[in-house]
Amino acid sequence: MAVQSNGNGSLDSRVKVPVPQIKFTKLFINGEFVDSVSGKTFQTIDPRNREVIAEIAEGNKEDVDLAVKAAREAFDNGPWPRLPGFERRKIMMKFADLIDENNEELATLETIDAGKLFFLCKIMEIPGAAETIRYYAGAADKIHGETLKMSTALQGYTLHEPVGVVGHIIPWNFPSQMFAMKVGPALAAGCTMVVKPAEQTPLSALYYAHLAKLAGIPDGVLNVVTGFGQTAGAAISSHTDIDMVSFTGSTEVGRLVMQAAATSNLKPVCLELGGKSPILIFDDADVDKVTELALQGTLFNKGEICVAGSRVFVQEGIYDKFLLKLKEKVKNWVVGDPFDPTSHQGPQVNKKQYDRILSYIELGKKEGATLFHGGKPGDRKGYYIEPTIFTDVTDEMTIAQEEIFGPVMSVFKFKTVEEAIKRANATKYGLAAGVMTNDINIANTVARSIRAGAIWINCYFAFDRDSPYGGYKMSGFGRDMGMDGLKKYLVVKAVATPIYNSPWL
Amino acid sequence: MAAKRVSSLLLSRSFTSSLASRLTGGKSACQARAISRYSTAAALEEPIKPPVNVEYTKLLINGQFVDAASGKTFPTLDPRTGEVIAHVAEGDAEDVNRAVAAARKAFDEGPWPRLTAYDRQRILLRFADLVEKHNDEIAALETWDNGKPYEQAAKIEVPMFVRLMRYYAGWADKIHGMTVPADGPYHVQTLHEPIGVAGQIIPWNFPLLMYAWKVGPALACGNTVVLKTAEQTPLSALYVTKLLHEAGLPSGVLNVVSGFGPTAGAALCSHMDVDKLAFTGSTETGKIILELSARSNLKPVTLELGGKSPFIVCEDADVDNAVELAHFALFFNQGQCCCAGSRTYVHERVYDEFVEKATARALKRSVGDPFRQEIEQGPQVDSEQFEKILRYIRAGVDSGATLETGGDRLGEKGYYIKPTVFSNVQDDMPIAKEEIFGPVQSILKFKDLDEVIRRANSSRYGLAAGVFTQNLDTANRLMRALRAGTVWINCFDTFDAAIPFGGYKMSGQGREKGEYSLKNYLQVKAVVTPLKNPAWL
Repeated sequence: MAVQSNGNGSLDSRVKVPVPQIKFTKLFINGEFVDSVSGKTFQTIDPRNREVIAEIAEGNKEDVDLAVKAAREAFDNGPWPRLPGFERRKIMMKFADLIDENNEELATLETIDAGKLFFLCKIMEIPGAAETIRYYAGAADKIHGETLKMSTALQGYTLHEPVGVVGHIIPWNFPSQMFAMKVGPALAAGCTMVVKPAEQTPLSALYYAHLAKLAGIPDGVLNVVTGFGQTAGAAISSHTDIDMVSFTGSTEVGRLVMQAAATSNLKPVCLELGGKSPILIFDDADVDKVTELALQGTLFNKGEICVAGSRVFVQEGIYDKFLLKLKEKVKNWVVGDPFDPTSHQGPQVNKKQYDRILSYIELGKKEGATLFHGGKPGDRKGYYIEPTIFTDVTDEMTIAQEEIFGPVMSVFKFKTVEEAIKRANATKYGLAAGVMTNDINIANTVARSIRAGAIWINCYFAFDRDSPYGGYKMSGFGRDMGMDGLKKYLVVKAVATPIYNSPWL
Repeated sequence: MAAKRVSSLLLSRSFTSSLASRLTGGKSACQARAISRYSTAAALEEPIKPPVNVEYTKLLINGQFVDAASGKTFPTLDPRTGEVIAHVAEGDAEDVNRAVAAARKAFDEGPWPRLTAYDRQRILLRFADLVEKHNDEIAALETWDNGKPYEQAAKIEVPMFVRLMRYYAGWADKIHGMTVPADGPYHVQTLHEPIGVAGQIIPWNFPLLMYAWKVGPALACGNTVVLKTAEQTPLSALYVTKLLHEAGLPSGVLNVVSGFGPTAGAALCSHMDVDKLAFTGSTETGKIILELSARSNLKPVTLELGGKSPFIVCEDADVDNAVELAHFALFFNQGQCCCAGSRTYVHERVYDEFVEKATARALKRSVGDPFRQEIEQGPQVDSEQFEKILRYIRAGVDSGATLETGGDRLGEKGYYIKPTVFSNVQDDMPIAKEEIFGPVQSILKFKDLDEVIRRANSSRYGLAAGVFTQNLDTANRLMRALRAGTVWINCFDTFDAAIPFGGYKMSGQGREKGEYSLKNYLQVKAVVTPLKNPAWL
């Protein structure tokens, strides 16, 4: 892969952009890259300049059928679930090594496809994907059931078996991480799978499929069908030969996935959905530190993150100091080409998201919130938006209720711990929360009171391979990451058999 | 022992007393004298007659109360007076042999391990109900024999015993092994089987609770037991074991041998037919027990031993609350707790105020007949402990620590000791290094966290630690840095059934209470069998 300028006029001439040759644009089914049955393709767009990167095979119901057939065969008759866990582990470790070896190319794909910061992809997201695969590789030979204490003379035990063919539907905001956190545990469990990446960001998933084959994952175990939600996604959700669906995306689509599962074969679903996560800043907090955390918590990945701390609640005693510091810090927040190492924020992923965010900003102004900072589109060709901060936001305003999925922070003032908890919980979502205080009693109380799947005390985005992650309420159910993330790809079978003359029961 | 309840019990009173005690040394003594005084009246009055009769004094072997083979007895004494409560059958090697034989038979051939776990659970639950019904008599026996405040025994310890038994009863039918992934076509599973005959040796400071910690998990797991109680406090175990048999425990499952360590205890430790040993007591005795086990049949040993636990009052502490909690951490149960917070480290910023208030609090402590209402502190358990504590107090004075208050016996009769506070204690003094097991608080000064972590950890013990701070970062730091089996942050002596308890370093090995305690009474068997054409591995 040559490193050169890509000739993009909007970019500073000192920034060298590696332009990858796009190697994989077809569906990956049964170990082969194939055209879609219909022959149709769709365009994937570079959000930095709205230009077409590549034409991608557009998977549809027929393609999903083929992929499921391959996965079914691989599960029912193929070697993958029949390999001992340590053999699966070995192959997954090789897969992870290959991801590391192709770090730069994968990081580039991610940046041009999703508008994500190149350097972060390189040092964090791509290595993170490899590490997640390794974490679950290590779990492959540690899947235990239990022997049971039966109430009569029976020997009872449980087997934790792979659930079968899994459908994964993953979003565009963290294509690599989402791929690894879904595919990793399913592979470790011995499942086979059909992955549908988001239509906005199909490139890295196809590349991973290629690496998986190189690593020795048998044909049919991992299939990737690129395409759209209404067609390919719907086909997965309603397929009667898929045993389980794992979905990450919006709450609206999550509802459709669950409905389709219910009306087809009642397959269990695991949903990671939207959020409107609060960051609670208490009077005793270090202003400098929490301002930085709040800013990162809202603006990281252009605000395109389901756990974005989009509601910042600040206690009245620190409120003015916080805003002062926020003003100072947000001025230094650089929006620019994601390949530019000085950029903090690249473009939004596509026009639809871009327009949606701008309309929320207008709504915020219209409903009476004070525009404290930003609020305008960036002055470039791509889908850039200024980091935007609203103050004087009230809890019932639309920008306080709905997930914006963009670089927009809403700041609220509160008086007491009880009030903060009550308002933080007054949402249909429950994905994450930040708690900024060094008072052990406040921290303990708030950590238990907030109805959310992740609580970050004096930190934010404290994701970890070993830390399960998922939602309360309408933010979804089931957990990704950690050993809990593995459980959902296992089904429990209880086995019982009589025992005679046992010396103990 | 739930700290919250205890401290609220102890806090909610004001005490007056008729006699002033003489105070020696201590810079704030005069001021302290003005605040309050020891309650010596009770110590001098006629002791209150305990509202219970001693019914069971014999050994309990194979479901029967029997005399010792030798016919010998020993007196158990009332620590309030030093007078004899009762003469108790003195078990020796021959009695231990009989008890082990009964337990062996009950395990190898008897119904107990062969009952369904559900049925074992039912018996333990009935036992808990019976103990609850006899709460007050049992508490009275405990106080009479041990000297601990009756309110503490009746309102905290016996109910906690009941709570623990119900907790373990619930575990009986939830003891799981694992199915295990294999490297080839094999079905692998583990069975968690009862070990067999467990020997258990318990101390005198919490006779009933130690009984519950040991007997509860052993029985829930399907073992049979020979229990040796402390010679100072043999009475309550005999009483409740009688109730356990009433609840339906088959004969031979739990045998109680009263007697002495060097005879009955040693016989149990060396016994070739005892499969497992659990001991709570001093580190010195723990060593002997481990050695005897090694020399005999290598039986696995659980040890809960001594401690010299630090209680760290940080810079940001609210002094009044810190003083109260530190006071409770040390003085609770006459200071006779293995996890007592016996090294009170106080940050220099709050040190002077702390010493003054800790002294005043010790002066206010009501000491007297433990059967009297609203008494915080009774007598020490026996003359040996009493003398040992007084020796340590003299050593404290001799090594240059400042005696702020106390320092002497209280009254002329029984084993009462005045609540004692030393300040200016240095790490190398005996009172800062060795376990005193009495109402003697040693206050040490520190400057910063690194220093206090180093000093707190420079002990051969590692049983518990207390941390007093509101600062989350400080709490997080100390919680991991302290080398101890329990760290209590802004609380102390919180002993829920589900919280594991045990020592680092020479404070012991293994954990009691909680799910962890089951491991002590189970052994793991791996069972492997080939699979033909498995659908998955």
